[in-house]
Order: sequence, then structure tokens, then C-alpha cells
Amino acid sequence: MVRDMTGEILNISNLHVSVEGTEIIKGLSLTISKGEVHAIMGRNGSGKSTLANVLMGHPAYQITSGEISYYGQPLEELEVFERARAGMFLSFQYPSVLPGVKVGTFLKKSIEAVSGEAVKQKDFRTQLKAAMALLDMDRSFLSRYVNDGFSGGEKKRLEILQLVLLQPSLAILDETDSGLDIDALKIVSKGINQVIPQAGCIVITHYQRLLEHVKADYVHVMIDGKIVKSGGPDLAHKLEEQGYDWLEAKA
Amino acid sequence: MSDEAISESDEARDLVGEYQFGFHDEDNSVIRFNNGLSEQIVRDISAIKNEPEWMTDIRVKAYHHFVEREMPKWGSPEILNNIDFEAITYFLRSTDSTKDDWKDVPEDIQNTFDKVGLREAEGTWLGGITAQYDSEAVYHSIREDLESQGVIFLDMDTGLREHPELVKKYFGKVVPHSDNKFAALNTAVWSGGSFVYIPKGIHVEMPIQSYFRINAENMGQFERTLILADEGSSVHYIEGCTAPSFASTALHSAVVELIAMDGAKIRYSTIQNWSNNVLNLVTKRAHAMKNSTVEWIDSNIGSGLTMKYPAILLKGEGSHAEVVSVAYAGKGQHQDTGAKVHHLAANTTSNIISKSISKDGGRSTYRGMLQVLPKAHNCRSKIVCDALMLDPDSRSDTYPTMEIGNSSADLEHEASVSKVSGDQLFYLMSRGFNEQEAMGLIVNGFFEPFTRELPADYAVEMNKLLNIKMEGSIG
Repeated sequence: MVRDMTGEILNISNLHVSVEGTEIIKGLSLTISKGEVHAIMGRNGSGKSTLANVLMGHPAYQITSGEISYYGQPLEELEVFERARAGMFLSFQYPSVLPGVKVGTFLKKSIEAVSGEAVKQKDFRTQLKAAMALLDMDRSFLSRYVNDGFSGGEKKRLEILQLVLLQPSLAILDETDSGLDIDALKIVSKGINQVIPQAGCIVITHYQRLLEHVKADYVHVMIDGKIVKSGGPDLAHKLEEQGYDWLEAKA
Repeated sequence: MSDEAISESDEARDLVGEYQFGFHDEDNSVIRFNNGLSEQIVRDISAIKNEPEWMTDIRVKAYHHFVEREMPKWGSPEILNNIDFEAITYFLRSTDSTKDDWKDVPEDIQNTFDKVGLREAEGTWLGGITAQYDSEAVYHSIREDLESQGVIFLDMDTGLREHPELVKKYFGKVVPHSDNKFAALNTAVWSGGSFVYIPKGIHVEMPIQSYFRINAENMGQFERTLILADEGSSVHYIEGCTAPSFASTALHSAVVELIAMDGAKIRYSTIQNWSNNVLNLVTKRAHAMKNSTVEWIDSNIGSGLTMKYPAILLKGEGSHAEVVSVAYAGKGQHQDTGAKVHHLAANTTSNIISKSISKDGGRSTYRGMLQVLPKAHNCRSKIVCDALMLDPDSRSDTYPTMEIGNSSADLEHEASVSKVSGDQLFYLMSRGFNEQEAMGLIVNGFFEPFTRELPADYAVEMNKLLNIKMEGSIG
């Protein structure tokens, strides 16, 4: 794979996306480089989650025009699992339940699938132990079935555990903060912050509170399928105080 | 951190391919009867085996019942009513006798049993094996320590020759020839199968196994098995089976009778992996006496049509029945399977677990019967039926029947039908798994709650077969 010398990981250019014939994203452009955190904020229905899903390749979303390139390669050419193997990771807003699939087995197989090589049990254990300690997770998690009977907070913690273990070069976090109390938010942020230096990161959120723990370099506001305003961390504060009305008026 | 949580049989995943066992050897039979069925054929089978007259009489009587008996009206009447009984070979002898040294078995047959994994299993974790090839056993072995304890494990033909009194006493007592059309057919033309007797108080620690291989085209295999576990004894019997893939139909119609005397325990495990041209129409039934346990672990992965409902009659107080039934129905397959448990005595208990997967237009059916007689007080039963459909073309049906004659019975019944969702696949694929690997994980997960209860070797074997099925049928 060609790694861009400027550190550019993702480039989205004038993207239009439809779901079942309805246009959701209406001309969105964004460039992300290594080590950058881009927060995307906006109301429900503004197209934030659509962006996350289309980046990962969800089959229900059609790109009608525009381009996405990942390390200079057209993303369209890659299947979902190939995107994962190329270093993309999506932390789901609603992760799926996998009955009968043990967390421990799932994590090991996933690391092997993404890296394309077998992982020694001993190395896996060391890696896992450190990651679980960082996220304050009990090892009893490992023998539970993936997301089966998990609380909202437990699900998000498992997503971030995967983030830490898979060490992606592009992390997309779709409302990772929703359903977390303040303590859990702090813990989850530790996981995210560990990954940031080696990765580009898209943080999709409604609220500013996650950004108190995960420092965003850029904040983008999405309204009706477009980025209507971009700025630094201050923009998130302004949104927290004033809401979106002032931007909607402009849009 | 527990190893159990993070290790799983990965070697299963490394195997690839369509149905692995579809090859066949050249037909070098010593004797092969012309195709077709008549009273004379039935008498000829008995004569060639030098059977006592009483057995010939049983066969002839059963033959006439078979001719008159109507076809079952359930399962797949369209397939059943189209069976051409005249196109089937009813007896084929491959070697002049059953050998106790593989060196004496023809080389191609040796190789076949090598390829299906039997010879390796023999050397590692089995207490004895019988290898049947078409109509009769070609090889048999039993560990000396079992023999010296009085354990009898023979092919059924030898069993009849060496223990006629025991066979006469119990043959057809659990499954009479009049039970159904295919039980009648088996009783008329049976050949091979196993005869097992476990003496009082003897616990057979290593499982014993019979392997049934069909080789010839248009073959009918009709093995007959009788297992007697005397008071306080225990045994685990395993059967495996495969066949070549041919365009024409082969028929496998076995009868298996088990009797667990007071306090005995029989576990009977099946890994059925016939090729898709085999019709598998089998009657299996057990009598469980006082405080005994009978377990059927029945996995049906192969065959075009299987109709099989292992049954247990809980005749003695305090007896226990366990039926674990696993089915995989892929393209061109209909697995019509289930369980029947009859609580005939007080304080008897039963567990029935059925798990089925349908894929690529395959059809799986659970057909179950639970009966509690009025005199059977304080019985307990739990039935769990789970079906998983991997695509919209596949089909799953459940037909549970309950006849509860005693109000003190404590019954639980859970059933679920689930589909693999697009969201589950997307989630797994976003974690680096391709579609096949994702399906494999979902399927393994579906079976996990009970494969962890199985003996390790058996579970590994079954996972392997399921993974081959999964991989062979995608792409």
C-alpha cells in the first residue's frame, strides 16, 4: 500500500450518499491525517451515522457521486472485511449480539483476521491483559457471549477494547459516548487516547462532554448531509452553549 | 485468564472442500445379488448366512408386512413414494469374512477406512471398532481388556452365530417389524450392524465404534444393531457413516434397539454424513429400566432425506432420557429429525435439545413426541428446539406433539427460529472476517451451548464436518 508522505489517511471529496433512493449525504468533503482527531457533531438525522456506515462499507448505503480515498486508494474497491484488514475500524453505535460466540474467541480470531497471521496464545494473553486493565474490564467478560445481555456501557467498552487491540490506522467512533456515565466515559477515553497518536480518528457525537477527555483538533458541524461549519475545539463549546439554531439559520 | 475462553479448534477451519467422502472403490464384490426384492431374495440372504430357521421365519414374515404396509405420510411423501425398490441391491458381500487384522483387508478398502479417519481413531481413543462395507463387516477389533471382562462387541451376523439365545430373546422386542414400513424392510433383509452386551457392573471407559460405509452404486444398507447394557453397567457407542456420491439413489435403512437394564447407562452417538444421494430412513428406540439413563446424541449432516426420531421408553422408575439432535440441511437436503420420549413410569426425567441449521434452500424439520402416561407421577421434561436459517431460501418447521396424562408433570418447552441478520454479518465483516468466516462464527456460536457438553473428540469431529459443509457450500 502506498503511504502518503504527508500523513494523509482519508480524503472524502464531494460525497453524495443515498439509502433506498433517499439522499442523506449531500456533498461532503473532509481530509484526515495521522494523529488528527476530527469531531463530527450534529442533530439526529443530520447524516453522521450514515457517514460512519458508508466509510465502513455497509451495503445499504449507495455512493451516488463523489469519491473517498484511503491512503490514496479508492475505497469503493474494498469489501467491508478488506477495509478492516487495511486498518479501518468502526466502533458501532449499536453493536450486534453474537449468541454463542465467546468474547475471548472473537477477539483472538478478529486480531488474526485483521492481521492475516496466527497469534500466539501467550502474546494474545499479554496484549489482552494490558488492554483490559486499561479499560478496567473484568476478565469474566471473556467467557460471555459477544454483547449478549450486555448493558449499553458494557457494549461500548467492548467496542473500545477491540479498538485498542486492533490498532487501526483510521478509527471511526459512532456515538461511543452515548449510554456512558461519567466514570465510564473517562475510562473509554483512555482507550481512545491510546490509539490516537498512530491513527486518524473520526469522533461522532452529540455532546461536547466526550471532547473534554478526547482532544479534538477539528470540530465539524453537520446539518442536512453537509458540513456547514468547521473549526477548532472552541466550536464544540459554542455548540454546547448555543445549540445548532444559529447554524441552521445560516444553512 | 481461562484458556477455555480463548481457545477453540482452529484446525477445523483449515479444512476446505465439498463433500469429502464422495469417492468410491471399484466393485470387487465376492457376492452381489441382482437388484430387486422378493421373498426368494429374503430367503437367499438368510441362507447365505446359514441362519437358524427362526430367523428366516422372522425375515419372511417381515417381508410380507413390508409389502402390505403403507408408506409414512409425513416427512417427504414425494420422495418416499418414488423410491424404486427394484433398483436397489439388497445384499453385497465384499470379502469372504470379517478380518481382525487390517493387513488381511483388501487394500482399497483399507485406504477407504483410512480416509474416513476410522483407523486413526481406532489407535487413539476407541475401545473397539467394527468396519462395515456395504452389507457386511470387513474388519473388527476389540481391546483385550474389554473381552476379558466379558464385554461382547461383534457384528450382528457373528452375534447371531455365537449368541443365538441372547439375540432370539431380544431381537425385535424394542422395534418390532410391524413398527413401520422401513422397520419391516430392515427386519426382512438386515445384514451387519452391531451386537453389544455389557455385563453387570462393567463400565466401558473408551467408546466403541461402528463405521458404516456404502461403496457400491444403488446399494441398500440395512444394518441391525442391538445393545444390551446389563444392570449397573455403562457404555458409549459411536456410529459414523459416509457414502460415495452417485447420481442414483442409495438406501440406508437401519434398526437400532437399545436396552438399559436397572441402573445402566447407554450413550449412543451418531455422526451421519451420507452423500446426498442416500435416503436415510432409520428407526432407533431404547428401553430404559429402573434408574437407568439412555442418551441419543444424533447429528445429521449428510443425506438427501433423513427421517429419524430416536425414541426412549422410560419404563422403569427414576430412569432418565437425553436426546441431543443436531441437523444441518444444505442444498438438496431435507433433515426430518427429532425425538420421542415416553414417560411410562413415575419419577422419570427427560431432556430434549434440538438444533438445526438450514442453508442454500435446505429444509430442516423437528418432529417430536413427548408422552406422559396417567400412572407416571412426578415426571419432568425439558424440550428446547432452536433453528437457525442462513438465508431466505431455506426452510425450518417444528412439529412438537405432547400427550400429557398426568397433571403432576413438570414440563418446559422452548422453541426459537432465528435468522442471520445483515447487521450481524456487517459487524463481523467490519472486524476483518470474510462472509464465509462470519457465517462460520455464527454457526459455531449457535451450536456452542451444547458442543461444550460433548466429549472433546466427538465435538472436534462434528465441528470439522460442519465447517467443511459451511465452506464447501459458499462461493
